[in-house]
Amino acid sequence: MIKNISNLGDAALYCDFGNDVNREINLNVIQFFKNIKKSNIPGITNITPSYNKLIISFDLSITNFDKIKTEVEQLNFKNEIVNEGNLIKIPVCCDNDFALDIKRLEKLLNLEKEEIYKKFFSKKYYCYMTGFIAGMPFLGDLNDSLYARRLDTPRVKVPKNSIGLTEQFCNIYTFESPGGWNIIGKTPLDIFDNKNNTSPNLINPGDTISFFQISKSEFEKKYG
Amino acid sequence: MAENYFEVLRPGINTTFQDNGRKNYYHIGIPFSGAMDNRNFVIANAISNNKKNSPVIEFALQGPKLRYKGDKVYFNVTGDVNFQILRKNKIEEGVCYQNLVLENNDCLDLISTNRSVYGYLSINASFKIDFYLDSYSVNTKAEIGANNGKILQKNQIIKIENIAKKYSLNKFDYINSKIENIRVIKGPHFDYFSKTAKELFFKEKFRITKLTDRMGIRLDGPKIENIKYTNIKSEGLVKGTIQITADGDPIVMLSDHGTIGGYPKIGVVISADYDKLVQIPPGSKIKFKEINLKDAETIYKLYEMETRNLISKIK
Repeated sequence: MIKNISNLGDAALYCDFGNDVNREINLNVIQFFKNIKKSNIPGITNITPSYNKLIISFDLSITNFDKIKTEVEQLNFKNEIVNEGNLIKIPVCCDNDFALDIKRLEKLLNLEKEEIYKKFFSKKYYCYMTGFIAGMPFLGDLNDSLYARRLDTPRVKVPKNSIGLTEQFCNIYTFESPGGWNIIGKTPLDIFDNKNNTSPNLINPGDTISFFQISKSEFEKKYG
Repeated sequence: MAENYFEVLRPGINTTFQDNGRKNYYHIGIPFSGAMDNRNFVIANAISNNKKNSPVIEFALQGPKLRYKGDKVYFNVTGDVNFQILRKNKIEEGVCYQNLVLENNDCLDLISTNRSVYGYLSINASFKIDFYLDSYSVNTKAEIGANNGKILQKNQIIKIENIAKKYSLNKFDYINSKIENIRVIKGPHFDYFSKTAKELFFKEKFRITKLTDRMGIRLDGPKIENIKYTNIKSEGLVKGTIQITADGDPIVMLSDHGTIGGYPKIGVVISADYDKLVQIPPGSKIKFKEINLKDAETIYKLYEMETRNLISKIK
């Protein structure tokens, strides 16, 4: 539950759920997020869940910190929403053209690439949050033998749809972007579809993701 | 009826369509966007007699050069902008904050902003552009909004419709205030920094570097020493958040910022000073001044009152 609410500037609440990163705390954050979204408190403009914080932005011309804080604290949503994320299956091609950092990982983790992929594909992952760039999901937790630090020098351009690992997390680069995660493959799916005007993002906070491996020819078919 | 349109002869720098931005999408990684300098955006629409949040063309430092084709249309430019209208081999110097006319074949050259960054072009008509997730605002990173989420391109056509039949020669005098003091509320990680660093942050000046755009401002000045953690578990950000990078440099999040970030937040710029901050050009120096929440709220009320007063003076 929320440990503390403070202000982030003059137009946002900073709700602190603790410092640990785990599914239990994050489920709390997401449950809170969904309930506040449903409550339609006037003046709230954005709600941003992350591992263990929730930031609630509001329009200072309509409301203020004290008012929103009181309203949030008075919301009583015991048993209201049980978090129900979706299960989403994501195809990944691990061809050498796409697995830009697999050699680095083999060395760093002291594992053969077959072992790395076996461990990676055998788990389901939980979406802690989406963001930084549009639609980018932050997923976890990896098998602990796959924990690797970021690249020492981030890439200027990580190709769109690349799958990256760092520490206990993996993510999907929804756009070509600078980044320092270890890239192990690429999906032909558009995780963020900027032509979709209603729900452009495939993965939402709280969803469960399972990855499965596809060949280069299957990858190319999905593109065509 | 013939079509009315602008032909883009020169796109200018970071020229985009913007309105008041999009709400409720931070959780999927989409920031507010919207006009950087909200007051000049609001004034532009007020002079045009447009609806309050109509989209305008925003440009940075150098504006676009546009040839106009079609029926007579009124427009105005806000900000501190040097511009000209080229009409039948004659050059008319432009004046900001008043409705001016464009006729068939006229050229509007938005040459540059003076000691500021953003300028706005509003027309007494509507741009024929697309809407995405409740807003026309272009976000070039997510490639969403009007113009397929892109900055203006050379030679492209911007169609115009609904040209107002009635118009008024609205004008008023407004001088954009130039400031260097930016008021800041302490952030949740203020105590991650050494005593000396905290003092330096509010005492020394920081230079706005060229690594500055609609996403953020990178500042250069004394290094802000972190004595706790240089990285935090990524969490949400808001417009105006000042993060300190692992190298000890402050970065200020602006309207197109990444929605989450992993650097500690030393402070947040108050809402009332945001318009002024974004207008300070690269190379200038700024100074942060600490302020508490209650004072920031009062100052915001004054800022809103002042905007309303300015609009009431338009005639």
